Amino acid sequence: MSKEFEPVLIGFTCNWCSYRAADLAGTARVKYPPNIRLIRMMCSGRLDPTFVLKALAGGADGVLITGCHPGECHYLEQNYKALRRYLLLRRTIAQLGIEPERVKLVWASAAEGVHLAAEITKMVEEIRELGPLNWPKWNENNGYKSSLPVQVEEVSS
Amino acid sequence: MTTHEHEKERIGVYVCHCGSNIAGTVDVEDVAKWAGENLKEDGVVIARDYKFMCSSLGQELIEKDIKEEGLTRVVVAACSPHLHETTFRTACQNAGLNPYLCEMVSIREQVSWVHTDKKAATEKSKAMIAGGVERVFFNEPLEPLHVPIHPATLVVGGGIAGIQSALEIADAGYPVYLVEREPSIGGHMSQFDKTFPTLDCSACILTPRMVQAGNHPNITLLTWSEVTNVEGYVGNFTVTIRKKARFVDEDACTGCGICQEKCPKKVIDEIYEAGLGYRKAVYTPFPQAVPKYPVIDTENCIYFEKGTCRACEKFCPTNAIDFKQEDKILTVEVGNIIIATGFDLFDPRRISQYGYGRLANVFSSLEFERLTNAAGPTNGEIVLRDGKTKPTSVGIIHCVGSRDRNYNNYCSVICCMQSLKFAHLVHERTGATVYNFYIDMRTAYKEYDEFYQRVLEEGTLFVRGKVAEVTDAARLPYEQGKLIVQVEDTLAGKQRRIPVDMVILSAGLEPRHDAKETAKLFGISCSTSGWYIEKHPKLDPVATMTEGIYIAGCVQGPKDIPSSVAQGAAASARVLGRIQQGEIALEPIRASVDEDKCSGCRICNDLCPFNAIIFHEDRMVTEINPALCQGCGTCVAACPAGAISGTGFSDQQIFAQIDGLLSVNFSHERVAELI
Repeated sequence: MSKEFEPVLIGFTCNWCSYRAADLAGTARVKYPPNIRLIRMMCSGRLDPTFVLKALAGGADGVLITGCHPGECHYLEQNYKALRRYLLLRRTIAQLGIEPERVKLVWASAAEGVHLAAEITKMVEEIRELGPLNWPKWNENNGYKSSLPVQVEEVSS
Repeated sequence: MTTHEHEKERIGVYVCHCGSNIAGTVDVEDVAKWAGENLKEDGVVIARDYKFMCSSLGQELIEKDIKEEGLTRVVVAACSPHLHETTFRTACQNAGLNPYLCEMVSIREQVSWVHTDKKAATEKSKAMIAGGVERVFFNEPLEPLHVPIHPATLVVGGGIAGIQSALEIADAGYPVYLVEREPSIGGHMSQFDKTFPTLDCSACILTPRMVQAGNHPNITLLTWSEVTNVEGYVGNFTVTIRKKARFVDEDACTGCGICQEKCPKKVIDEIYEAGLGYRKAVYTPFPQAVPKYPVIDTENCIYFEKGTCRACEKFCPTNAIDFKQEDKILTVEVGNIIIATGFDLFDPRRISQYGYGRLANVFSSLEFERLTNAAGPTNGEIVLRDGKTKPTSVGIIHCVGSRDRNYNNYCSVICCMQSLKFAHLVHERTGATVYNFYIDMRTAYKEYDEFYQRVLEEGTLFVRGKVAEVTDAARLPYEQGKLIVQVEDTLAGKQRRIPVDMVILSAGLEPRHDAKETAKLFGISCSTSGWYIEKHPKLDPVATMTEGIYIAGCVQGPKDIPSSVAQGAAASARVLGRIQQGEIALEPIRASVDEDKCSGCRICNDLCPFNAIIFHEDRMVTEINPALCQGCGTCVAACPAGAISGTGFSDQQIFAQIDGLLSVNFSHERVAELI
């Protein structure tokens, strides 16, 4: 591999739609970059925001959340709850000094292997552009002393 | 996680080559070796690679290690868990290990098949296995939930696929509710005259089946009815059906047809006769309709419009007309559901250059079916729109709305054979010159190509090329009064203008206009084209991803009559298998509340769409009813006290998996853990 920055992404998938879309992408041999690692959940509604924070804290440069299209949730309406949490989460991470673009929500039905692969490819490139997730300096000292990053971005929506 | 804790468990890692499917892109041996050496601290005691883990030898390998090496958890890195999770869980169970202590890592679908860089794919596989190992440590031994299967089945759609399904199950001795939206069962097949390639009369082979379904003691026929709600899960569905008012008392009606004779209101029959013929305001769609009872069409009935008339009521010899009848809401309990709601025909009006709806003598394929049908509006005479002139030349255009980026990308399967059938019928009945305009000829099935040869020998002319336009603007004297088909003949390499009297558009098949709503109602998925998605495209073509719901016929994709019948029968075989078992084991993925931790904040209370969350006011705690819980985990994620846990997908499992996934292959420094 070249010395170019290779981001690592964690992807959360729903057992009924996006995980099957990933299966379908595989069966159809659709290519996407190897920078993403997927985790299966039963539903995007299972996504506890701490999972995303844990992934970012643990070294992931970006997190992709995927679920069934609105109105197509296997559990009727739980993806709407994922959507709500996602919007709040983006605001929260912005306040922590993390670019909100590092967390993204994408809908992908079980039939959309090509779509999912394209979204993964796109996000990997976007994160590559953003560069590694550099935690604020104060973290290194395990304290809250020095300057907090002030570029807190306002998230529209 | 400390090393000390991990020492309690003995984890085995098995990496599959899948022939060259995985080993072609992932250095499987290196991965297994790495797991054996580097994941020791995480409890891995054995890491092996094997050519085909799913083979009986591969499974025996796991079983042997469990018994001899005392493995307490197993990670299999192979294909998607949707394919072989059951295989490896069963292997564990056979060796005395709880099946839920086995975790699969999909390094085929998610690695080798989608990546090309061998080094990166190998590194990613290691990361995914690390994730699996970390996660499996927190897997808990679980027992599947056993639920009884209700012996009754709901079949939605009374076309040939639905009829076949219903008959198979009913013949085996189990009750079936057959629901049909139209006044009669029979579906599209009842509209056809002949069936390819044998030229069997469609009605002659279909109507006995319809009668059988109508009279079967185990079949409850609910025509002029629609499913409005579905609740529950496999084995125990509660289905609400709206039985629309027929305004005819089914117990009194003898089906004599006097009401239809006496009704003064003639209505163009847009559905059954494709707009070519008439019916009355009180009608059965066709003479052999099952059931025989007519319905009153309230939109066109003079009594419903103006409050007078009641001719049908006056003449009915058994007083069966009942204008006061109201819609009935029925609730039925069923264990399984088969959806066979069929297809809609592509509306050829959408391709305006073909002139359908604008040029009188351009016919749709369904219109032509009605023209050739002996019971149709012309008694089987093939004539132009004026109702008397026989055509001397006919052009049949294939792939109308199919294999076309502007409309549908897919091949509608039946149109080539349908067009050949039309060519044969035109030739036989009128002696007219027939042109078939095709892109590719697709006649792949038993006796289909032989039929094509026969039509070729009959003298039908074939022009290979996509028709650009059908027009009545004549340029040359012999084109006057004709329809001119403008086409590029790709075999001869030139443009042609072919004047004909009649054009037939062989329209493709499309998903029902309301396919998406129906899918939502039953909780199944549609492909991007709108066809319903089967559980596995090769190996499970009639099941869906929702347990207990099956699909048959054209809802799954365009297909001909034999394939629809085969799918109908296949779906019922699956259902019968389920009923015979009496009960089904469900995944024990459920949420539960630790009452000691629950603060009674009630945040979770409104999150459950299945009403599984109950709040006990007296104790100020929440409880989850495991019978209603479907296991989505939304409440688990919402609980601020961490009092709700989800079996199979616990916080600990997911946290550990994240840790594992991120422990390998970093291009930049790993930051100290914050959480």
